[in-house]
Amino acid sequence: MSEFVEKAIRNTFPDAVRETAEIDGVLNVKLDPLLLVAVCRFLRSEPELAFDYLADITAIDWRDRIEVVYRMTNLATNAKVVLRVDLDRNKPEVDSVVPVWRGAEWQEREVYDLMGVVFRGHPDLRRILLPDDWEGHPLRKDYVIPD
Amino acid sequence: MSSRIKTELVEINMGPQHPSTHGVLRLEITLDGEVVVDAKPDVGYLHRGIEKLAEMRTYIQFIPITDRLDYLSSMLQNAVYVGAIEKLGQIEVPERAEFIRVIMMELQRIASHLIFYGSMGLDLGATTPFLYGMREREDILDLFEMTCGARLTYNYFRPGGVSHDLPDGFIEKARAYVKKQRERLREYDDLLTNNEIFILRTRGIGIISAEDAINYSMSGPSLRGSGVAYDVRKADPYSVYDRFDWSIATFDGCDSLSRYLVRMQEIRESLNIIEQALDMLPPGRLEYKTPQRLKLPEGEVYHHIESSRGDLGVYLISDGSDKPYRLKWRSPSFINLGALAKMVRGWKVADLVAILGSLDIVLGEVDR
Repeated sequence: MSEFVEKAIRNTFPDAVRETAEIDGVLNVKLDPLLLVAVCRFLRSEPELAFDYLADITAIDWRDRIEVVYRMTNLATNAKVVLRVDLDRNKPEVDSVVPVWRGAEWQEREVYDLMGVVFRGHPDLRRILLPDDWEGHPLRKDYVIPD
Repeated sequence: MSSRIKTELVEINMGPQHPSTHGVLRLEITLDGEVVVDAKPDVGYLHRGIEKLAEMRTYIQFIPITDRLDYLSSMLQNAVYVGAIEKLGQIEVPERAEFIRVIMMELQRIASHLIFYGSMGLDLGATTPFLYGMREREDILDLFEMTCGARLTYNYFRPGGVSHDLPDGFIEKARAYVKKQRERLREYDDLLTNNEIFILRTRGIGIISAEDAINYSMSGPSLRGSGVAYDVRKADPYSVYDRFDWSIATFDGCDSLSRYLVRMQEIRESLNIIEQALDMLPPGRLEYKTPQRLKLPEGEVYHHIESSRGDLGVYLISDGSDKPYRLKWRSPSFINLGALAKMVRGWKVADLVAILGSLDIVLGEVDR
């Protein structure tokens, strides 16, 4: 399945894939952030792929960049794929996938709140776990914990 | 005469201190008379920043903190975290420990569903079911207490095993419990499941279609109540779940009643699993000592299990040290709650309480 998914993405979006890896038997695809939503839409709508379930969105601060990780499942076949994008740590911005999966709404708000990634086109991008007037994003590695 | 009485929209607050929000949840509700126009959940009152805390603690030190996430299913919180460590560290678990874990996880699922049974009744004005549910839950807590000493926060799962082997008399007591619970379930059905008022208050209320439930990334009984047969225990079997004979509980009413019925059926399925696990439990004593220092190889792992509330995941990234570089908690309560607004629009404010109850959220896990 992994090979099939990788081929499908590469054929449809020849410039989108930066690298791929297999982790725990699941295909991980590093994408050009500008093509993320187009690839997501394709993965969801293509009948042979049909990744209808967005299991998880999260982000990692690698100190030199911020990586956002999207985990998708096809509930009928249990096929899985992980998409990843690297963002500029000083201005981490990527298009929102809420138009593709509604379940992204709260998950993107959480990533915004705790990691400071801005999701362009998100319908309601506000902090969700921390108070509105909180300063900083605690999951950043250089975050200083207030007394 | 005008066919419609002129009304003004009213905004009211429900919570964060409110018995029917099941914890510190605040809902901003917009009402047109009695009808809910919109409901915005405001979460975070119980946020403790556990993902950040994880980065400042060793792998072993973090286990007791997992107990405090979904505190009605602490065993399952232990399980997913320790499972992720074992997967990344390729740590072997003795077969006896795996069977003990399954027994504990399924007992925990029942204990959690019993609270759901009781609080669902309470939300609709029936107080007796709560007493019944709590009474049987007590038996499960007794079993946990005799095993590890704790009744709520167990710190029981450890990388490569469990903190204590089953004590003498556990198996007999567990078997007696399974028998009793099966009988008591009939009582529960007489009291609530077949109660006309209960059915009228839940059937056809709080509809979410299978398509929408998937689109909102819902999971667990709340997804299976929309007829989607997705259960991590079957989809990605972990521990020794592939050795038992049981089936996924689904109901396709897409309403509060179906979500309730799924959980009641799951109690029965869990009892079946426990009975089989007790039969198949490998004999012998478990010799286990928690490693004092545990380092995991550089890399990442995603591990998920079926908790009482749904697809519970841990994404763990290691830089080779004895602390996680990054830990992400995929919380089913949080994600299921994201669909609440969609489910309550157009229903009466009294139904909102029942719809929220049917999602069975735990705020410790929502807020993390």
